[in-house]
Amino acid sequence: MIKFRLNGRRVAFDGDPTMPLLWYLRDHAGLTGTKFGCGAGLCGACSVHLDGAVARACQLPLSALEGHELTTIEGLARDGLHAVQRAWIAEDVPQCGYCQAGQIMAAVDLLKRKPEPAEEDIASIGNLCRCGTYPRIRRAIRRAARELAGGPSP
Amino acid sequence: MSGPDRDEWRAQLPVQTTGSRRTEAAARRASDVPPAAGGRLSRRGFIVISATAAGGLLIGWRATNADASADAAAVRLGGFVRIERDGTIVIGARGPEIGQGVKTALPMLIAEELDADWSQVRVEQLPFGIVRADTESGVDWKYGPQGAGGSTSIPEAWQDQRQVGAQARWLLVQAAALAWKTDAASLTTRAATVMHQDGRVLTYAELATAAAKIDLPKAAVALKPTADYRIIGRPTRTVDCIDIVTGSARYGIDAQLPGALIAVIARCPYFDGELVSHDASAARKIPGVRDVLVLPGPRPGQPITANLAVGVAVLADDTWSALKGRAALKIEWRHGPRAKESSAALDAQCTRLLAGDGRRVRDEGDVDAAARSAKRTITATYRIPFVAHCPLEPQNACAHVEADRVRIIAPMQQPGGASRIAHELTGVDRFRIDVQMTRVGGGFGRRLSNDFVAEAVLLSKQCGKPVKLLWTREDDMRHDFFRPFGHHQMHAMLDGSAKVIGWRHRLASASKYYRRPDVKAEDHWEAELYPDDFPATAVPNLRVEWFAVDSGITRGSWRAPAHTANAFVVQSFLDEIAHASGKDPLALRLEMLGDAAERAYAQHGGPIFDARRLKHVLQRAADAIGWGRRMKKGRGLGIAAHFTFGGYAAHAMEVSVDPAGLFRIERCICVVDVGRPINPLGIEAQMIGGTIDGISTARELEISIDGGRVVQGNFGDYPLLRMRDAPDVEVIIVPSEKDPSGAGEMGIPTAAPALTNAIFAASGVRIRSLPIRNQLRDAIAARA
Repeated sequence: MIKFRLNGRRVAFDGDPTMPLLWYLRDHAGLTGTKFGCGAGLCGACSVHLDGAVARACQLPLSALEGHELTTIEGLARDGLHAVQRAWIAEDVPQCGYCQAGQIMAAVDLLKRKPEPAEEDIASIGNLCRCGTYPRIRRAIRRAARELAGGPSP
Repeated sequence: MSGPDRDEWRAQLPVQTTGSRRTEAAARRASDVPPAAGGRLSRRGFIVISATAAGGLLIGWRATNADASADAAAVRLGGFVRIERDGTIVIGARGPEIGQGVKTALPMLIAEELDADWSQVRVEQLPFGIVRADTESGVDWKYGPQGAGGSTSIPEAWQDQRQVGAQARWLLVQAAALAWKTDAASLTTRAATVMHQDGRVLTYAELATAAAKIDLPKAAVALKPTADYRIIGRPTRTVDCIDIVTGSARYGIDAQLPGALIAVIARCPYFDGELVSHDASAARKIPGVRDVLVLPGPRPGQPITANLAVGVAVLADDTWSALKGRAALKIEWRHGPRAKESSAALDAQCTRLLAGDGRRVRDEGDVDAAARSAKRTITATYRIPFVAHCPLEPQNACAHVEADRVRIIAPMQQPGGASRIAHELTGVDRFRIDVQMTRVGGGFGRRLSNDFVAEAVLLSKQCGKPVKLLWTREDDMRHDFFRPFGHHQMHAMLDGSAKVIGWRHRLASASKYYRRPDVKAEDHWEAELYPDDFPATAVPNLRVEWFAVDSGITRGSWRAPAHTANAFVVQSFLDEIAHASGKDPLALRLEMLGDAAERAYAQHGGPIFDARRLKHVLQRAADAIGWGRRMKKGRGLGIAAHFTFGGYAAHAMEVSVDPAGLFRIERCICVVDVGRPINPLGIEAQMIGGTIDGISTARELEISIDGGRVVQGNFGDYPLLRMRDAPDVEVIIVPSEKDPSGAGEMGIPTAAPALTNAIFAASGVRIRSLPIRNQLRDAIAARA
């Protein structure tokens, strides 16, 4: 039995411990906001937070999660929207939208580490967007950084 | 008109804009739907009114009074509009939303004419809909065309979706006139309210029930003057944005059918290969694995009407068990007739073909005489690789086949094709096949094919249970309908004053029409060359030839299909001509585009190509980048312009190349004229996305072939552009009163040639073979 916390709630799983977290979330926990894109840790569509830091759910076997704390896009904001989600809406980032939950999880992680991110910091986000929304993602990250710093949010 | 029975987007077009007589005939033949008749009463009591002569679309159907009163919470006005008691106006979106923005833009057309308050509008995806009709196939569209391809959604919707809104508004105004016992013509509307001249008002919510009892008008009602637009032309955010950013938007991959088994398939990796044997004993022992089934594939070289390749499917309780089961299969595949196919062999085949004579698909003036009289001839050969679509959401489909009904939920660009395939594979009546559309995690043309839906249907039929099929990334990258590969040999003949007097474009390519059931081999060139593309009519002696490359890899429509190849080639070659003849690349293009404005354009995007509009976007892009200024060493400007499916686009880029041969896009401009902009925010998004798609593909992407199979498998060896290398894109939308074109594909064709032209200007290195990869670095290293 593997026990961990998922979006603030205790969960337990007694199935195959080699199952990647991605498939547990999607097939067993009913949390489909975390997306499957490559299964090889290359695209970032399945980005979640493991103990507060971004991680790729397709590369995390459940056996590695005992006692850890996980947050998915569904648990990012317990009340309303996170500043990064608001910035994504304000900048109208999504096209198909499929990668965006992962992009948001990566951006939230970045802004936690670097509240005033330089261009190079933003460029370090390696999540793929097949639609090419990168310019608007950059704008949204800068907007969220301003808001989180308490500055004006136009 | 065309109908739902079609896998190819061009049949979704009104036939008079699809161009050649052959195309029209093919569209008619394939759709099996004759032009629609006028207004009529359908068998189920809905009032159905045909729309324009162009489309013959159903512009609205109205629930009967019984239907309206049975639903106490909301009232329906026609097939697209529902008004809820709290005043919310729910508008149905008919098209598949693949990221191109139609789920926002089409309802905007309805809301505008309805005079709704956009902030009170909620948009819902409509299901796929057909109605019985007196046609050969017995069906016609219920909601109008429901497909995403060829940038057609907006131009097809422009008339009929506005009419839908106008008719719903008309009903509400009639209801107010009855309530106030006054003349409807004296009433005005604004923000979901009908206003009396004396100041009285009634909200749409108050009027809805009465309005639903009124019959729809017998003829089209007048549309608003465009000067009164409050929604059309206003930057409008993606309707599903909150759902997307909170992870609650539902894609195909998120769909559930109760009791469904999860299926993954091991498909034969070899083109036209065969299954020799398989041993599923280890797979069956994996907990959760319920069944292992063989799925036959199409016969070698024969039309693909269902799934792409023979496979062995593992069905399990959950995805992980299915994947483990597939990994445990022991399978022996056998090469088919394509065992020796490789990228190198295809290159050699192109060289051989181009040494001979091709099929002349356009031949004007006397090219041979021009060649003899020319003072100078410039020749260059370009190579375009196969590329994959790889939408980020891998292919998937839910299907449940029962004795007398079928249910399908999938991310599709062509739900009509899914409906027809399910009918062909099961024999179930079309009206017992329920096809639900989800948001789609990217299309790019891949999901015009419904091979994955066919697989899910076949598996459900075999096992008797609902099935949810999932493809992995490797499945998707190796079993695609790839963008065609080809070699383009170009010749330009110049007279003594360096004027281009002759032009030859000789293309050897693997046509995307390969294995298309409804296209004959002799017509395969039509997907590869659009004979009316510039510089047709701009050069007096012009010949365009095509050579069929024999290849076993499956091909299909990839965003802006042949335009991505031909715009790269023509816009690169014009640059080469300019540099070779001492002319400015912009000036040469403007000179060749000439003074004549409207020219006939028989292919998709026509019937008119307006050279003035192309010159305008070209000049705007040049002005924005500061064309003609003196550049520092290692910096260069590149420009390109092209007409794609009714829209005009130009790119201008400033590129720096460092001494090691690494390049960087310092500035990127995209100017676009798509006629009247419906949603400028959405158009800007499409141009940014198209530009980045073009750059991404030009930089690194190629699907290569070795041993009769695809080499690449995931994003490690197929490296899509990431944030670091994606430039900001400055988009300029040309204001226009012309009827709108679509916007999904115009942003891509000119991105690559603007980039490589700028690379040449910065470094003197000409890129003639895509992708760029190490070519620039190697050329600069070789110089040193």
